Amino acid sequence: MIGIIDYGMGNLHSVQNALRRLGVEYFLSEKKEDLADADALLLPGVGAFKDAMHALEESGMDAFIKSEVAGGKPLFGICLGMQLLFEESEENGLTEGLNLLPGRVVRFPGKSGEGVSYKVPHMGWNRMVLQQPNSPLLQDLSTDYVYFVHSYFVKTEDRSVLLATADYHEEVPAIVGKGHIFGAQFHPEKSSTAGLEILKNFADYIEGRKSDATTKIRTISSD
Amino acid sequence: MLTKRIIPCLDVKDGRVVKGVQFVNIIDAGDPVELAKLYDEQGADELVFLDISASNEKRHAIIDVVKEVAAELAIPFTVGGGINALEDMKKVLRAGADKVSLNTAAVKNPDLITLGSQYFGSQCIVVAIDARYDEELGSWRVYTNGGQRPTDWEVIDWAKEAVKRGAGEILLTSMDRDGEKSGFHIELTKKVRDAVTVPVIASGGAGAAEHFHDVFTEADADAALAASIFHYKETSIMAVKDELRKQGVNVR
Repeated sequence: MIGIIDYGMGNLHSVQNALRRLGVEYFLSEKKEDLADADALLLPGVGAFKDAMHALEESGMDAFIKSEVAGGKPLFGICLGMQLLFEESEENGLTEGLNLLPGRVVRFPGKSGEGVSYKVPHMGWNRMVLQQPNSPLLQDLSTDYVYFVHSYFVKTEDRSVLLATADYHEEVPAIVGKGHIFGAQFHPEKSSTAGLEILKNFADYIEGRKSDATTKIRTISSD
Repeated sequence: MLTKRIIPCLDVKDGRVVKGVQFVNIIDAGDPVELAKLYDEQGADELVFLDISASNEKRHAIIDVVKEVAAELAIPFTVGGGINALEDMKKVLRAGADKVSLNTAAVKNPDLITLGSQYFGSQCIVVAIDARYDEELGSWRVYTNGGQRPTDWEVIDWAKEAVKRGAGEILLTSMDRDGEKSGFHIELTKKVRDAVTVPVIASGGAGAAEHFHDVFTEADADAALAASIFHYKETSIMAVKDELRKQGVNVR
């Protein structure tokens, strides 16, 4: 069961609608004791980085997320929730993030290297370039178009965390991940076919880990 | 790079989808939830839902329809009509909309754009502009109240003002072309597109796939909106996109 972290930031309807349509079990909670029982955590988020970190810190949710993840629980951050996984953000003054992935969140300059102006936010449907097609989140996608709305994006030196990128005057990290930590800059719940497939892949990944764990326990007990 | 977006629009009156010609002669076009589902499956890039109910009581009931539609959609969803205050925006966003569209209320009270964009972010605020050519003005005049009331605003001035105040997108309807099916208004769209830094959605006049091609290539619209040609199945979103793809327009 996926626990959606409710910390007062953003639209939680659409992600719940999407999971319901996929038949994936989930619950929404702001309580750490409830979320501790989840098989995986989903960190949504719309709004400003600083406000979001402040909300997480105030409730002690930041430390909780870190300790759950350190204990091996899968985590999926969406949009701002994905940006929060990184070291820091430049939005409204430098703010520290959850520091689970290496990189910094910066604003689109709005001008390309060749001096051509472009629109910020990056809003609309864009194509993913799969950097690590073997990632469990990227299995059997029937299309690679997903829906973005964001003015800030992640810059990272560590390409190993880039699972998929998109081209918008910059190389925009679209799906990031490291071990059991994942994030999507776009909104999977608003990205029609590909988005739903990615959410389903995450749900399947959690199920897969659960059955792996059960097999391990059985093997140990039969020894 | 971003694709050009095709956006079907549901004009909803008392719980039913309706469509008129040049904003009058309104007739029934179906159930909003059914149509929303169909358009999502057909590859719509977004859905716009405009509540054109006459009374406030009927408007209250529309929140339930918004909820039902949102539950069926996995694409961005804009709701407009009768949004006069920050509280109204909260209601529709809470019901599952991703963006709100402001029209008459924004002209009456431009602070609403500022308030909304500060509270929810510019990406949430669409300003819808209905414009009709005005000989006297030598340009297009902005109309409100469902196209019934002329304002003092010239279209470019108002579009710029809306963006300055935080509009994240402009939904531009040519009243001269609305329901005529003779093509989008290229000149009007291009003028507004060149004047603002946010995406412009062209609306009014779609009658065939080539009209979308023209507004994307000649006016560089970011998105194009249509209602009746999709509702009455004169063409489908898929057919329009196939045609655009053939002609080299980047679509999803």
